[in-house]
Amino acid sequence: MAKLKLTRRKFLVAGAIVGGGLAVGYGVLSGEPDEAAFSATADDGEIALNAWIKINKDGIVTVAIPRQEMGQGVLTALAMLVAEELDADFDSIQVEQAPIADVYANAVLLKDALPFSDSYHEGEDSIGSWGMGKAAAMLGVQATGGSTSVRDAWGPMRQAGATARSLLVNAAARTWNVPVEECSVKNGVVTHSGSNKNGNFGEFVVKAASEAVTLDHSLKDPKDYSLIGKSQKRLDIPEKVTGQAVFGVDVDVPDMVHAAVSLCPVFGGTLASYDDGEAKDMPGVLKVIPFETGVAVIADSFWRAKTAVEAISMTFNEGDGRSLSSDGILQTLEENLSSEDGRTYSEEGDAEAALTQATDKTEAVYKVPYLAHACMEPMNCTAKVTEDGVEIWMPNQAPTLIKWFAEKMADVPAENVKVHTTLLGGGFGRRAEIDLVVMAVTIAKEMKNRPVKLIWTRENDIQHDMYRPAAVSRFQAALGSDGTIESWSNRIVGQSVSGSFTARLLPWATMDAPDNTTSEGAADIPYSFPNRLVDHVPVKFAVPVGFWRSVGHSYNGFFTECFMDEMAHKAGKDPIDFRLSHLSERKDFTDVLKKVAEVSNWSTPLEAGRGRGVALHESFGSIVAQVAEVTISNDKDISVDKIYCVIDTGTVVNPDTIVAQMESGIIFGLTAALYGDITIEDGQVVNSNFPDYDMIKLATTPEIETHLVPSGRRIGGVGEPGTPPIAPAVANAVFAATGERIRELPLAKHGYIG
Amino acid sequence: MLDLEINGKPYQVDVEEDTPLLWVLRDTVGLKGTKFGCGVSACGACTIHMDGEPIRSCTYPVADAVGTKITTIEGLATDALSNVQQAWIDEQVPQCGYCQSGMIMAVSAMLSENPEPTDEDIDDTITNICRCGTYPRIRKAIHKAAKMQGGS
Repeated sequence: MAKLKLTRRKFLVAGAIVGGGLAVGYGVLSGEPDEAAFSATADDGEIALNAWIKINKDGIVTVAIPRQEMGQGVLTALAMLVAEELDADFDSIQVEQAPIADVYANAVLLKDALPFSDSYHEGEDSIGSWGMGKAAAMLGVQATGGSTSVRDAWGPMRQAGATARSLLVNAAARTWNVPVEECSVKNGVVTHSGSNKNGNFGEFVVKAASEAVTLDHSLKDPKDYSLIGKSQKRLDIPEKVTGQAVFGVDVDVPDMVHAAVSLCPVFGGTLASYDDGEAKDMPGVLKVIPFETGVAVIADSFWRAKTAVEAISMTFNEGDGRSLSSDGILQTLEENLSSEDGRTYSEEGDAEAALTQATDKTEAVYKVPYLAHACMEPMNCTAKVTEDGVEIWMPNQAPTLIKWFAEKMADVPAENVKVHTTLLGGGFGRRAEIDLVVMAVTIAKEMKNRPVKLIWTRENDIQHDMYRPAAVSRFQAALGSDGTIESWSNRIVGQSVSGSFTARLLPWATMDAPDNTTSEGAADIPYSFPNRLVDHVPVKFAVPVGFWRSVGHSYNGFFTECFMDEMAHKAGKDPIDFRLSHLSERKDFTDVLKKVAEVSNWSTPLEAGRGRGVALHESFGSIVAQVAEVTISNDKDISVDKIYCVIDTGTVVNPDTIVAQMESGIIFGLTAALYGDITIEDGQVVNSNFPDYDMIKLATTPEIETHLVPSGRRIGGVGEPGTPPIAPAVANAVFAATGERIRELPLAKHGYIG
Repeated sequence: MLDLEINGKPYQVDVEEDTPLLWVLRDTVGLKGTKFGCGVSACGACTIHMDGEPIRSCTYPVADAVGTKITTIEGLATDALSNVQQAWIDEQVPQCGYCQSGMIMAVSAMLSENPEPTDEDIDDTITNICRCGTYPRIRKAIHKAAKMQGGS
């Protein structure tokens, strides 16, 4: 029986009547986690979290969700955690977005909450610890990313449920004048065993609010779970099949006007001049607004704004950005493979010396291009600026940052800033950025007291993203006499995502500190090698890079798992057996890999022209293995036929959501593996829309079979871990089918037509 | 002024004749269930029915819609959910949900033409983009809706 003990200092709890019901709020402010339950949900460092439970007099339970729904099922999963310990009736449960930074430090800040993972690097202060320390000092950051939501909420939201349950039981016992121990709760009804008296939560909420709050609640033994671990229908799906769901682009507020923009296509360029002679007299046009990087038109409809802004001719100061090209960037990345400035992220033994002595060394260089997020809902933000306040409606992953930047751009007091977070039509890391709120407020300041809805076109989106960085990775390895890898040296070269992101938030902070996202999925691979060196060389370009589903894992998974395959081939071993021989100390990884071998019938032969490939990768706390089966024709038509996926998330909350996230992560990664390639020429992105930034569709979607094997290890994330293994599994399958080793994505670059 | 018939109701709209139907539906009429995804008929998020046929409304000039019967996701089923919508819930299809109005409209139109589509028919007909990758569930839900439709 798990017990959560919290001191008053760390755990500020308030019971209060809200709207005729009971609200239980939790705010945990920056305490050192010296209790066991806390260390189970958090790394060392700052923790601020909250959960809200409201119960009205009819007994309807509303759970406030401090994370954003972008398709990952977070509304449902977090409500399940509360409902489990509250013993609420899940069929009638309601959810709502939690407000930001309320009086209870209504902000969620965990080390992982912004994807500044800081768990690997030792020694120097990293951007992650710096950024989080800084952010924690200034504000509690409420953000959704890094596959953290359920991991972060696991302890506190169950505890929130248990606390509220205890208040209600105490109130019922007092009402009936019976011992608390004789009362039980099921489906939102409190029952006294002796008298058979019962009543739903609604009958006790008022009294419960005046009960003394106790903080030491037993949480359920997992064998007693009635919700956790059992698939629950997602709460957000009904409104998503009728067109009633409200996304950011659907925001409609009184007196609203519409904005469209035309932006400098060259990275780092600024507006020099513009001619709006024709545009300003076009139908519906209200105002033309130049700003640093482009021009906006405000009109009475989006279409009129877009038509007018496209009629404006502009010139730009393009600066140095114009010299950028994908080829040039790749060349610079490759040149830096021999840089003296590598930053070490993992070191054991002496790989350099061992490789110098090795008689048979294997070397390979791998590459990946920039990628765009391409969320289905185009970027948008609605802003209303008044004399002393600003209000924002926006699909976003980081409401606290949005609030912070709205305040800064509108130059109004913090208490006059209001942010409404809508449903997100996809996020994938793109909506953790602040560029849209900055642009929308800049424009809305010129149309005071009227809400301005800024929508980007798909072309704006593809050409002005914060991209997954291009990266190059070199491996040098040698086998020992027993046929396992004795020395492994891996150097990665690319931009720092955390550095780029932090510079956007705090332009005055020039950062050159370690960034674990650059080497995640390379420095922390589970295989044991007697000699290992993993380092990264950071390179800066004007191309902005950002958090793209699985971040560094998205490329390091491809690099490392393809090179493991090369080494297996070199050793003359089966790829799975070869991996297993480096995992003797890791039962968790071994179990996942053996399971995928079993479910995929790994050892049965495939006919000619077909191939199987495997990849094993841990990210965001979950271990995933995938086997891909491909068929390749003589003229390189590739069909990815089937994916077997095995995941160990430690503990399973909503099983069907995990299956859905594996399917989602696989298809997202498969799009990148087959087609994904943002090409830069003359400092601008050549791609512009879906026809030239192609996507997997129904016809190209493989059959996907997912197996959940929760081992009880610490609970892991699910939004991202499905993505990293798919590219190497497919590339390794291509090798098995054809003998061609793919060392650069996408496959389309090598003539494989999906 | 252009006269439109949307979900069985008459509307008069005062817009340029070349305005894409999508923006008339969303900004002028206020039916926001139909989504903007690409503006070039590539992704299908804006799919509606015109006289029962699926149309990508983001490139369809509103003037050409005069005299037709337009159905949007809001008008697909008024009393109860349609078979397709119910199958979408049963199979837990949507994730972010943004593309699903267009998907459901495209699939509904396909099933009225072809009540028992094969996997190949589905691949050829439903070319909408879903960035969350709900395709495996969409395929299951289409077969389920076809079955429900056949049974009713």
